[in-house]
Amino acid sequence: MEALRNFFLPPAKTAVAEQYDTLFWFVHISSLVVTIGIVVAIIYFIIKYRRKSENDVTPVITHNNKLEVTWSVIPLIITLVLFGWGFQTYIDMTKAPTDAYEVNVTAQKWLWRFQYKSGASTTNELHVPAGRPVKLIMQSQDVIHSFFVPDFRIKQDVIPGRYTEAWFQAREPGESIVFCTEYCGTDHSNMLAKVIVHEPEEFAQWLEDNSGAATKPTDLAPADWGEQLVQQNACATCHSTDGTELTGPTWQGTFGSEEQLADGSTVTVDENYIRESILNPNAKIVQGYGQVMPSYQGQLNDEQINAIIEYIKTLK
Amino acid sequence: MATAEASSNMKKVQVRRYKPEENADTNYLNAESGLRSWLLTKDHKRIGILYLIATTFFFFFGGLLALGIRMELWTPAATFIEADTYNQLFTLHGVIMIFLFLVPAVPAILGNFFLPMQIGAKDVAFPKLNLASWYIYMIGAIGTIFVIFAGGIDTGWTFYMPYSSTTGGAVTFMSFGVFILGFSSILTGINFITTIHKMRAPGITWGKLPLFCWSLYATSIIQILATPVLAITLALVGMERLLGIGIFDPALGGDPVLFQHFFWFYSHPAVYIMIVPGFGVVSEIVSTFSKKTIFGYWAIAMSSLAIAFISFLVWGHHMFVSGQASLANMVFSFLTFLVGIPTGIKMFNWLATMHKGSISLKTPMLYILGFFFLFTVGGLTGIALATIAIDIHLHDTYYVVAHFHFVMVGGMVMAYLGGLYYWWPKMSGRMYNETLGKISALLVFLGFNVTFLPQFVMGAQGMPRRYFNYIDQFQGFHQVSTIGAFILGIGFAMVFYNLVKSLFNGEKASANPWNSRALEWQVASPAPPHNFDHIPVLIHGPYDYHKPMADFQLGLAQTNGHEPEMGTHIEADKEVEMKD
Repeated sequence: MEALRNFFLPPAKTAVAEQYDTLFWFVHISSLVVTIGIVVAIIYFIIKYRRKSENDVTPVITHNNKLEVTWSVIPLIITLVLFGWGFQTYIDMTKAPTDAYEVNVTAQKWLWRFQYKSGASTTNELHVPAGRPVKLIMQSQDVIHSFFVPDFRIKQDVIPGRYTEAWFQAREPGESIVFCTEYCGTDHSNMLAKVIVHEPEEFAQWLEDNSGAATKPTDLAPADWGEQLVQQNACATCHSTDGTELTGPTWQGTFGSEEQLADGSTVTVDENYIRESILNPNAKIVQGYGQVMPSYQGQLNDEQINAIIEYIKTLK
Repeated sequence: MATAEASSNMKKVQVRRYKPEENADTNYLNAESGLRSWLLTKDHKRIGILYLIATTFFFFFGGLLALGIRMELWTPAATFIEADTYNQLFTLHGVIMIFLFLVPAVPAILGNFFLPMQIGAKDVAFPKLNLASWYIYMIGAIGTIFVIFAGGIDTGWTFYMPYSSTTGGAVTFMSFGVFILGFSSILTGINFITTIHKMRAPGITWGKLPLFCWSLYATSIIQILATPVLAITLALVGMERLLGIGIFDPALGGDPVLFQHFFWFYSHPAVYIMIVPGFGVVSEIVSTFSKKTIFGYWAIAMSSLAIAFISFLVWGHHMFVSGQASLANMVFSFLTFLVGIPTGIKMFNWLATMHKGSISLKTPMLYILGFFFLFTVGGLTGIALATIAIDIHLHDTYYVVAHFHFVMVGGMVMAYLGGLYYWWPKMSGRMYNETLGKISALLVFLGFNVTFLPQFVMGAQGMPRRYFNYIDQFQGFHQVSTIGAFILGIGFAMVFYNLVKSLFNGEKASANPWNSRALEWQVASPAPPHNFDHIPVLIHGPYDYHKPMADFQLGLAQTNGHEPEMGTHIEADKEVEMKD
């Protein structure tokens, strides 16, 4: 039974997800019963009433109003039950408790950014405490995206120019995958994130450790910090460090090289070019690549950009 | 008392029997020859064949794209093409299958060919307009195909804003192609409605109208009322892209969710444009191959109209997670459940028709049995998706992909292929190979299930649609699905082979190989150039299998002493009372 459940649905990691699953199974098991009924009737009919000869005579049965009413009213009642149950569960799934911990979510091609009250911010990793409702206030920088966590059974479109909301309350520490489920272009299927659920104390510690993310930790060399920032900001979604062709140019050996631009001119990849490409990516596009990178203006400060440049220099 | 009252509304009409000629010398195929006689034809039957050739081409083209998609998904990330190519593949697959195949197939091929014959008319009401519809369709279709060469589009067939306004490529051009296709659809709808109202032969009251005609009538209403909204939407998209007027794009002050409302206001009813004519085909075949009066004639006829009406009120169920108000979600969920009721009514009436019938499992009937199973699964998963809470998790996953393929391929395409086999003797004058027909029907059924059943499971597990790359846990499901797609492809290819082969060496078809009572079977095969050389008269309904065949071959008797060339066997002169 357990195995069957796991075959069809991902694990239910919130109370709401369990509520969802009860309804899911009710609908599908009743559908299965109806389907089996219809299939059995068809098989019975084609065996029992198989044509014996071309001169078979069949009875004249034009209609039966009692039957018509029966097979209209019974499905109507069942669907009304489903409608009411479905709407109630929907309200539970979408209406966040008032004491929820709020996180701001920004979606853009093709990454997720999470901003916390404490000032911490992360990319493609959503850190939350277990046992506490979390409310996401979401907006998009460009096209429509959709925030989907199968383990929590939540999904909400993220739209440019307005806020949308979603909420969940994870029961236990662990990790769950986040998919983008509104088609958004080339790297739509790579626009993944993780929800990382911590024990409450651990989460408080994490917040404290990460709130000062804008200044270099004293125990790290600039290039190492740069590597960390590159991971946190999901640069590697589009830029490889080993020469692999992705959506953007690889960083291996790029520093100091001469690149042909889309407009035919050339540029030497130096500190200024990298800085400009981070803050104003569309100014000078390398030939063969699209105008798809979002600007990191306001996301990265000078110290962080310097660290990233230092890191790129190390990629020979 | 009743008699006295009734007779004041009646008048006597002289009728006699016109027995269909076997092996007639002239038919619609050989009455004229040459390319010109086809390209300038005003014969509804030849126009139906023109549509058949065009849509068959597009169907196989779209099918090859589908195989490309499935092959790419054999492994995560790149298997043999890049993400951008993949995104163009699924967009074109959707656009071609929906606008070039599913929407026109049953109405424009089978409807064009058989609607006039079923109501005893010589042609549709506006034959020139009918030909014009085909040309408009071809211009739109070629425009749409041209997009491939103009750089391709990668928006998905739904063209969602603001993505579609930011992506390069040829969105405007393709929108224009779809815009033109819409007019073809509207004109066909107008033609059918007028034909059904004005051109029914004596005796064909609304209560004796074949259910295929009722389904086309309901479809035509949707085509006429919903398609203009698509045209308006695409015109607005064009204005935004070309003139920079902000309607949908937030960067220009527009609202992207408004686009979804516009889009689904057409595209949801369009789902019923695709499936309702299929319902009509099912009614014809079930009755013929059960050799039994259709059960619940009025329930089936009126449920088509009910579906057409409710289909306009449910578009918001595509937008449960779009951020529209909870109240709107609630209303749309409720209305969506209501569509299930008339659909269920049809299903039960078809089953009741088989009850106590004399069921013959020829190829057309096999497709309809396949339809019953697949459409039941498609319909019931639709009920699951109508339940708002359940939809939240399943929206935009493979569960939805499987659901609409069950309805569109499992429902509409199965009905279409059943109909094509059923009417093939009348269209081509040849019998297809029955054994090959049955084998290919089983292959299509098997291949379809192997392709799409695993997609329900991976969708429920969370696999999103339109994903070029995917996480490893889904690979097994994807591979089974890909294998199924190839079985399905072989099945479709065999159908094509079987039908084309019959043209060259198929057995000659008799006028009425299925012993159907319907009017289109009471003339020679292939159909005569003008369908009927007499004015048919109907005294029974088209499904009255308890009445003798001779009663269905009646026509007005000639009174000017001029004997018709065909049907000279006068076996019975009959006087029949009919409504004026």
